[in-house]
Amino acid sequence: MKDKVTNVLISGVGGQGILLASEVLSEVLMLAGYDVKKNEIHGMAQRGGSVVSHIRFGTKVYSSIIPEGEGDILLGFELLETYRYLPLLRKGAKIIVNDLKILPPPVTLGKETYPDNVQAKIQQAFPDTLLVKGADLAKQVGNPRTVNMALLGAMSGALPIDNQLWTDTLRCMVPERFLEANLEAFTLGSRAALACS
Amino acid sequence: MKRTMLSGNEAIARGAFEAGVKVASAYPGTPSTEILENITRYPTVDASWAPNEKVALEVGIGASFGGGRALVAMKHVGVNVAADPLFTLSYTGVRGGLVLVTADDPELHSSQNEQDNRNYAKFAKMPMFEPADSQEALDFTRLALEVSEQFDTPVFLRSTTRISHSKSVVEIGEPVTSLPDTSIKKDPAKFVMLPGNARKRHVVIEDRLHRMEEWACQQPFNRIEIGEGKIGVITSGVSYLYAKETLPEADILKLGMVYPLPKQLIRDFASRYDTLYVIEELDPFIEEQVRAMGIAVHGKDILPICGELTPGRLKKALTGKEDVPFHAPQEPLPNRPPNMCPGCPHRSVFLTLNRLKAFVTGDIGCYTLGFMEPLSAMDTCICMGASIGNATGMAKVLNAEEAQRIVAVIGDSTFLHTGINGLMDMVYNNSKATVLILDNRTTAMTGRQENPGSGYTLAGDPSYRIDIEALCRSVGVKNVTVVDPYDIDHTRTVIKAEMERPEVSVVIARRACMLVKRDPVKRQAALKVDAEKCTGCKACLQLGCPAIEWQPDAGDKGKAVINPLLCCGCGLCPQMCHFDAIGGHSEG
Repeated sequence: MKDKVTNVLISGVGGQGILLASEVLSEVLMLAGYDVKKNEIHGMAQRGGSVVSHIRFGTKVYSSIIPEGEGDILLGFELLETYRYLPLLRKGAKIIVNDLKILPPPVTLGKETYPDNVQAKIQQAFPDTLLVKGADLAKQVGNPRTVNMALLGAMSGALPIDNQLWTDTLRCMVPERFLEANLEAFTLGSRAALACS
Repeated sequence: MKRTMLSGNEAIARGAFEAGVKVASAYPGTPSTEILENITRYPTVDASWAPNEKVALEVGIGASFGGGRALVAMKHVGVNVAADPLFTLSYTGVRGGLVLVTADDPELHSSQNEQDNRNYAKFAKMPMFEPADSQEALDFTRLALEVSEQFDTPVFLRSTTRISHSKSVVEIGEPVTSLPDTSIKKDPAKFVMLPGNARKRHVVIEDRLHRMEEWACQQPFNRIEIGEGKIGVITSGVSYLYAKETLPEADILKLGMVYPLPKQLIRDFASRYDTLYVIEELDPFIEEQVRAMGIAVHGKDILPICGELTPGRLKKALTGKEDVPFHAPQEPLPNRPPNMCPGCPHRSVFLTLNRLKAFVTGDIGCYTLGFMEPLSAMDTCICMGASIGNATGMAKVLNAEEAQRIVAVIGDSTFLHTGINGLMDMVYNNSKATVLILDNRTTAMTGRQENPGSGYTLAGDPSYRIDIEALCRSVGVKNVTVVDPYDIDHTRTVIKAEMERPEVSVVIARRACMLVKRDPVKRQAALKVDAEKCTGCKACLQLGCPAIEWQPDAGDKGKAVINPLLCCGCGLCPQMCHFDAIGGHSEG
């Protein structure tokens, strides 16, 4: 796996915690010895807007942008924002998607419509899709803002990273007072993914 | 050597520290903002926010003239503001090394234009380094400061959004140990640019560029990477990464310094190939100079000038083939544009301006989003501080009735940046327009940075908080009113009255940003829609609050529902509801 560049995408809605999830992921990959590049757009694009983070790792990575049709793994925090980025994926790519719909403002205002059956459409095009009930997992933890770590946990099994390294990295990167809840959410997420595979 | 993941901006901050920078100054602007925020990690650097980019550069110049190394950072359009001192700084040169970081924004991810600031290097006759990743961002920052002293010149470091905000693996270094002492040193022939001195300096500048051009031919930052020997590519910055990805077999001349160009090196390289490309983002900056040397190249004849380059766009330009997605949705997808946050104090102001049918000359900040539906109450947006001058000019050409509808809207940080000058003009020249200052106590758009009106410094220390009311009065505004934008009726009454007043008036809508880092506004418990009382009239949706969602299938006409995770209980929507259906607190 080290010879080839692996392409991971994390998408969702600004404010869902995508930035922290992608920070943790890229740190873990660096500590595992890979060359890593990651990018996403800050600023105006993050206020409730559509957000996608690109993370690439391998022996040597040049561009931080993942070309269309070359994504290997997509972690989606919201259904429409997962559906939107399918063109970036290769055939047979793995998708981990949160079972959540957030209506964009033009839909709320009745100007545009949210597509029907998004989940089924994603699964049809990419059979290796895992649906994660992120809100339920976070509820089990008792903190609704740990959904991002639960989702990251659900993706962790798809990457060549030792479980201990994940835990050690989270300990370094998550503020003390939120650490236990985030670790628990991560573990619940990774177990939920295992149970489905 | 310690390996770590750094963004380009973090790496520039680290490079400044390692190079012994004494003073760093900036005005926040995406994608440059995090450079100064990260410099605060290094207590040996005096880092501060300036009210605008011109002041930031002038502070840097002063530090340099005192013998200290200085770094000044801004976004691409910030250099326009700083251009006046910049062009003359090129004449004086430096004492301590001075680097000006320009963070450009190809693709306009968060900007009002996509100007290519490499042109400033040529225009101001200053050298410019351009890193391709975070490691080079660190290394080139150090290098630029050394080169600045070596050639007695200010030096540009140009980043772009994809450099500033991408993270990659960096080996950090140790800080330099020996730096010259700072002291007062009089040198009027160099530091006092009146015509007699400046004429002599111009000659020095031209000579400096010639010397640098020859020197650059021997430097490792301009390097040749040998491929299969058939295709030659000249490139720099992030375009280098895309070239490596797309043309792995090509021979590449990778330029670390894009101005002045190493002409002999380019001649020698170019002579080896029948097919030569210049691969660069935005303007044909390198290409035109190479063509002027009489060398035939492909560049903007196939590459786009507009927007950022990506591996996909480069591949399409070179081969005519597009990346084909394996799967793409076959239906149109709803857009998800950015929005003002739940609890944003700007929301009710734009609702009011919409209802009063104001023509709003706007400005740069979160509130620029007031142009979007359903608020739809921003009608112009040019640059930092432009709203007030625009309002003055418009009111001059309209009849009295129409002129009354003109309202300039500007944020607190933007007002202190360059808006105050426009207000002076309004009073001085007897304008009839109205100015609304949206004072949310922070520079919110770029991520909530302090400013002279917030009462704190970059380092977080308490400081004098500029009294905006007193400032407006001191320039001669007689009518200054402060309103709480969470009170919709009162805000409307005041704005309406001030619009009708046939002289300059300022209304300050003051409420801290919900996300402000210090003294965060206490969130109130989420509000709840009483489904029994909700008639589905959609009045609350006119606020465009992301926390208010619409359930089309509820009841006969649909009903509103409040998302308790997003709502912060600001209390605007109950004021919109005619049926008293919103209130109480959501459970769970």
